[in-house]
Amino acid sequence: MSDFQIEVYQNEYLPQAATEVNAIVTVTCSGSGGGAPVAGTSAAEVIIVDCSGSMDHPRTKMAAAKRATAAAIDTLRDGVAFAVISGTDIATLVYPGKPGMVEASERSRAEAKAAVERLYADRGTAMGEWLLLAKQLFDTQPSPLRHAILLTDGKNVHERASKLDRILGEVGGEFVCDCRGVGTDWEVKELRKISETLLGSVDIVAEPEDLEEDFRAMTTAAMGKEVADVALRVWTPQGARVKFVKQVEPSLVDLTGRREESGPRSGDYPTGSWGAESRDYHVCVQVPAARIGDKMLAARTSLVTRTGDILGKGQVLAIWTDDTALSTKISPEVAHYTGQAELAEAIEEGMDAQRAGDVETATAKLGRAVALAHASGHEDTAKLLAKVVDVVDPARGTVRLKRDVSAVDAMTLESRSQVTKRVGTGGGED
Amino acid sequence: MGGVNCPACGAEVDALHRFCENCGQNLFLRRTPEGGPLGAVGQNCPACGAAVGEEGFCEDCGRARPSGRDRMEFDLGLVAGVSDRGLSRVRNEDSMAFATVGPEGAPDAVVLTLADGVGSTRRADEASQAAVDAALERIADCLRSGKDAHESTVDGFAAASEAVAALADPESAELAPSCTFVSAIATPERITIGWIGDSRAYWIAGGQSRQITVDDTRYAQLRQAGWSEEDASTSPGAHALARWVGADADREPPNIAVVDSPGPGLLVVCSDGLWNYVPAAGDLAALVPAGPPLTVAAGLTAVALEAGGGDNITVVVLPYPFDVAGSE
Repeated sequence: MSDFQIEVYQNEYLPQAATEVNAIVTVTCSGSGGGAPVAGTSAAEVIIVDCSGSMDHPRTKMAAAKRATAAAIDTLRDGVAFAVISGTDIATLVYPGKPGMVEASERSRAEAKAAVERLYADRGTAMGEWLLLAKQLFDTQPSPLRHAILLTDGKNVHERASKLDRILGEVGGEFVCDCRGVGTDWEVKELRKISETLLGSVDIVAEPEDLEEDFRAMTTAAMGKEVADVALRVWTPQGARVKFVKQVEPSLVDLTGRREESGPRSGDYPTGSWGAESRDYHVCVQVPAARIGDKMLAARTSLVTRTGDILGKGQVLAIWTDDTALSTKISPEVAHYTGQAELAEAIEEGMDAQRAGDVETATAKLGRAVALAHASGHEDTAKLLAKVVDVVDPARGTVRLKRDVSAVDAMTLESRSQVTKRVGTGGGED
Repeated sequence: MGGVNCPACGAEVDALHRFCENCGQNLFLRRTPEGGPLGAVGQNCPACGAAVGEEGFCEDCGRARPSGRDRMEFDLGLVAGVSDRGLSRVRNEDSMAFATVGPEGAPDAVVLTLADGVGSTRRADEASQAAVDAALERIADCLRSGKDAHESTVDGFAAASEAVAALADPESAELAPSCTFVSAIATPERITIGWIGDSRAYWIAGGQSRQITVDDTRYAQLRQAGWSEEDASTSPGAHALARWVGADADREPPNIAVVDSPGPGLLVVCSDGLWNYVPAAGDLAALVPAGPPLTVAAGLTAVALEAGGGDNITVVVLPYPFDVAGSE
């Protein structure tokens, strides 16, 4: 069984009359050891390949998508249930031949790859339909460890946004989905909405030939998951209110609106499935004011499984003091992730302004982003920003917008704007 | 074999033995609990009345259950003390310990110790508790082995210094926990006071009160040297502690004062949580309620709480002479 550990980083000391308590909750799952796939841990995997007409332009895109899907199939452990969906304006089950999923074996893998090889590009794009079919397939499986890969190269033009929203409401929580956009004709915000609802990642794969490696990595990560449907439970005292709960590392995901009441003064926020990994959450609680000298449990955070097993616990405290030496200290963890959230917001607003031709706002926001990336040592994002703006002074955030920004660079920056840097680490990691 | 029984377990013990053969109880020392009060007070939340969970927080309003250290009351009959967190501080960083030394019912001496953790240091509560426990035990040992009160005071202070210094983190000596310290040894002949810092001892008799200790602050030293109140208090760093107990402190012996063959009176030892609200020593006598020592200690603590309780308050009271007959 995987081991979970919760650590809370905060400055629990508050000045008189302060009512906002901030803490970073680090959750570490040690896995069952070694990171090697656990035989016998049942899992289900659905691969959704966009087969709309545009996948043929250039032709290398469809060929790369087939190779990537084959690589993902090869990465599946024996015994893992899987299926492949071809996505157009309808969803078509490519493998297996009849509705349902089959266990991965030498034979089924070969059959699936042969079926994938026969795919061709035609028709339109309706991602809601794809996700709906994926849910129906997962419904046939007992395993709670359910992961999907969604690959697209275009916008969701053949269904209304409201229909996609409705379907997301239906499939949310049923499985985890990592989304990938190939090329530059897809929309970051659209794919992000899907990946955030389904607690997965979103990224651009600019070059079709990089798809294979990316699919293999995603499938490997999915095979490493051991515990499904874990929720972060937050208990707050009478009169307190959760202002927000966000995943802040490895990427920003606002979970505030995903709360499900789980008892008196207690709510659950979904975190998806876990392998050997560590994630950080920012919990912000509004508590009633108290007297100097009072000490309060502002929140109790715990990790719970769907069956109610508690995997770990951490306390968020509030102590009111008149000692300003204590109350004015800012927790470095809270400060770091507050900065990372501001960085992501500045990139998003800056790129929106750039698209709208608002040079002044774009320059200000992207300049702020450069300064924040520099201050927090987020080198990956700093590099991506430097492809969109000319950096004059990184510390002050003085920048000039580049005259010609390639679509790939702009979309790469947007796709990865929510990827944060872990607090207190030196070099940039993925 | 004089038919003496152990006060703890009731087993028959040799009157000359120091410890009970049966339970290990020290037969010549009756003292306040070592380490201070254990555990916490009460089952339900004092703020809202709901149940308190095993983590020590109310399951309803989240308030922390008060620690046992928040309000300590110890009563050995002859001597009693109260220590209170006050109204502003998160923790009670004051500690007190006292003991009667010698056979039960006919003690040779009463020893009391008090320490006030320096607020800006971490684990100041542990420091003050370590100081009072170490000093009390050492002083009792010294007295038993025949040392006089002066020597015992110096030795007791050294034990307190060692105990507090041992708490320091070698990586960050500047954050070493520290505290003030005051001890009193009352024998039938005299009362010997030792101190470091600004915790005080007062002698109250015949409706008059006077301060026995002189604070280890620049202000007090200047006043002692004849400066005016105004000049002394405006001197730079006037109220900062000049001496304290801790890893980062000097290891000079404590200040010592002796009250020789005092008549009947009351020894009051307290932390600045009380005297901040009663700055003039002469005003203290009028605030002392009638009654046994615990009543007096509680009454003086209440004076500080009613005046604002801005700091931890600790008051230990010993009526003198510690006449056994009169202590019932």
